Amino acid sequence: MSCRSKNKINIAPDSFIALKKQIVLMKKIFTIAMISVLISAESCKKDSDFLNVPPKSVVTTDVVFSDPALVLSVLGDLYNRVLDFSSLDNGWTTFADFGESFPSDNGQYGFVQNRSWDYGTWGTWDYGYVRDLNLFIDNVTASTKLLAADKSRFLAEGRFLRATYYFEMVKRMGGVPLITQTLTYDNSGNVIGLQFPRSKESDIYDFVISEAEAIKGLLPSDPTEKSRATKAAALAMEARAALYAGSIAKYGATTPQVSLSGGEVGIPSSMASGYYTKALAAAKEIISGSAGSYKLYQVLPNLSDNFAAIFLDKSSVNQESIWVEDFKALAGKVHSFTTNDQPYSVSDEASDAGRLDPSLNLVQSFEKLDNTFAPIATKDGAGNPIYYADQQDPFAGRDARLAGTVMLPHFFWKTAYIDIWGGYLLSNGNIISSDDATHYAALPGSSEQVQVVGKDGPTPTGEPLRTQTGFYVRKYLDPATGSGRRGRQSDVNFIRYRYAEVLLNAAEAAFELGQTSDATLYMNQVRARAGLTTPLTAGDITFDRIVHERRAELSFEGHVLFDMKRWRIATKVWDGNPESLNDLTSNISSATKRNTQPWGLYPYKYYSPGSPNDGKWVFREVLPSPVTGVLNFRLGNYYSQINDGIISANPKIKRQPNQ
Amino acid sequence: MKIKFHHIALFILLLSAAGCKLDNVKPPSVKLNGQLMYKGSPIGVEYNQVPFQLYQTGYKGNTPISGTFDQDGSYSVLTFNGNYKFTIPGGQGPFQWKELPSGGRDTINIALNGDQTVNIEVTPYYMIRNAQLTAASGKITANFSIEKVITDASAKNIQTVSLFVNKTQFVSPGDHAAEADLDGGAITDPANVSLNVAIPSFPVTQNYVYARVGIRIAGVEDMIFSPVVKVSY
Repeated sequence: MSCRSKNKINIAPDSFIALKKQIVLMKKIFTIAMISVLISAESCKKDSDFLNVPPKSVVTTDVVFSDPALVLSVLGDLYNRVLDFSSLDNGWTTFADFGESFPSDNGQYGFVQNRSWDYGTWGTWDYGYVRDLNLFIDNVTASTKLLAADKSRFLAEGRFLRATYYFEMVKRMGGVPLITQTLTYDNSGNVIGLQFPRSKESDIYDFVISEAEAIKGLLPSDPTEKSRATKAAALAMEARAALYAGSIAKYGATTPQVSLSGGEVGIPSSMASGYYTKALAAAKEIISGSAGSYKLYQVLPNLSDNFAAIFLDKSSVNQESIWVEDFKALAGKVHSFTTNDQPYSVSDEASDAGRLDPSLNLVQSFEKLDNTFAPIATKDGAGNPIYYADQQDPFAGRDARLAGTVMLPHFFWKTAYIDIWGGYLLSNGNIISSDDATHYAALPGSSEQVQVVGKDGPTPTGEPLRTQTGFYVRKYLDPATGSGRRGRQSDVNFIRYRYAEVLLNAAEAAFELGQTSDATLYMNQVRARAGLTTPLTAGDITFDRIVHERRAELSFEGHVLFDMKRWRIATKVWDGNPESLNDLTSNISSATKRNTQPWGLYPYKYYSPGSPNDGKWVFREVLPSPVTGVLNFRLGNYYSQINDGIISANPKIKRQPNQ
Repeated sequence: MKIKFHHIALFILLLSAAGCKLDNVKPPSVKLNGQLMYKGSPIGVEYNQVPFQLYQTGYKGNTPISGTFDQDGSYSVLTFNGNYKFTIPGGQGPFQWKELPSGGRDTINIALNGDQTVNIEVTPYYMIRNAQLTAASGKITANFSIEKVITDASAKNIQTVSLFVNKTQFVSPGDHAAEADLDGGAITDPANVSLNVAIPSFPVTQNYVYARVGIRIAGVEDMIFSPVVKVSY
């Protein structure tokens, strides 16, 4: 406007200039007046209204707890914060350790080089999470706008998550302060009202059990609901918790040093049968189908593939998994388990593969189809090496869960056979090998350069990211295209509770209560699914059998530490003594067998032209060279340390025993 | 701006000038050391396995200085002058530590004012006496006697006695090249126990080994050892 008028001024006659200036001035005055009127009118608003602008980026508590969709998003956060011992999105190292595997990663050799675990290892003390759970329960309880059905389900889920976390705490720390209300600090400088002593260990287990009993009727009985709490999830938690408490009561008697006089650690042995009874009852409630129709996954004809598929199948066909941590590819919730642990030769990423290598200790523990135990045969009775025509022959005739849990040499993965062999074994006993499959060497009597070691290792120099035990892990490994890429990653579920564990819990509880024929009934179902079709009789069920069955079925699922702890045999299994080859191959069926160092089994190609054994496979037990440490579980490791900061802040907290 | 040499020189000069300021915290300089003792005899333990704690009284918080005993039972701490309480956490060590009637662990008061040696007097369950370690005809032989120190209601049995041999000075259940065990029940005369083990072969030949004998006490985590001896052959 002003620009145009200026142009007009330039062409206007002189007499108009004065008048024009006056008009411009009046216009200015008018504008200023208008602005000041507007401003003063604006300021007529009350000060409090002007300053109290409701923020648009914050949703208030009463708004959130009036809409089920918003409540669900709060609940989603609480679900995301569930603590698992082994978890797919918390790194592959949470599956390593305990002699069950070897970490083929330069940065993680500490697992096999450290002598003992720090007392603080495995500890958890997240009362921030407990407070958030209590707040959630308070807020849902106080809400008036939610439908009654929504409200009771949300409430039950909040209580389920709180019980889950207390269960996780009691497994690691023993009795902890049981806080079931939100605490508020009054700014008085006095915190005594906020300091609570540790509850008894049995009190925490009782809390978990009673919460599960109280909420099971409020949760849906729906086998297709996997990622939210269901009746079966509550019952599975109850069965496991009661079983843990029962075994701590029973076997805690063998380690009287691991207890505190106030019961913060240790459960009196008189309470054992009560807990076992509860465990059995809760497990039976799931088995009877009253929480929905759960059953063992039996879909694929190949039993090993079927076992691996339990962890891969997310469809409604999978009625085995009860409660899972769900993932979704290309939608932000993914994990790098497959990226980290895929076979090196078939890897989607050049330098990401092969980290978690199951040990021979674990591999040989899978029994033969006639229910007996034997090491993987490498030598005949006279001490001569056995020559195998096929790399998988030494593992034939064993529990199908072996090949379902572990990738054996010459396994077909995604697009190719994996290539595991340690080199050429000559007839004079020498080995020709190299540090990489692309570094060729010549065999005797020939000048032709050939590949002398498997693309997947194991190399004599211990190259990382390839197998160093002769095996890769198969459980959870995602066969989907691109699952090994860092960009896409994998969305395989992590199963927290599944039907097979419920059956094993029932079997163990029944066994401890002297109902051995019931125990066989439950255990034989799990075994039959794994191809062990000769049923165990009531007389066959022993403590060693129970321990073995859980190892075979549940390895790499976050159970081994807590199982060994509650049976109080951790100090025997990880006793701080080196594991010799003789230790390794003897007493395989024993629950207290030493498992302090992870061994490997290397296949070698026999090279002796003209011999009938030429080109066949010879296997040798090898302790990978980075294994210099010996696992030593000390009495003080049974319960993780409560750190000094916590005890300083709250002198009512008692220290753990033996620390 | 192009970075030139004199810029870098100036920067380094400034940095070093800033570093000329005096540090306002003195490093710990007072040395407290000592050894686990029973009536004048040192008590050998496994390296880095038996911890001790040193609490400074009158200091904010309740976090101890922690350390572990060496193989010969010695310890040392570099700290500041002040009043300390020394204790050994529950269930640690092959010996008894006084428990207070209130249920806590007893402490030793140490008023530190300059370097000091404080030996820690404890009551072991057993003592190994007169350990003789010799090498002959490809074997290491240990002869020793066992003295049962605690004989009251809290006495404990011997689980095993072991002879450990290693190529380095670190000789323990977790770090040894050869081991010979004798079950506690198989000991007929505690005053005269003998163990032997073949001398192990090492990748690099050496004409000596380190050895010591230890007792594993039933229900006690840590073993008690005789002093490490260098045996030449």
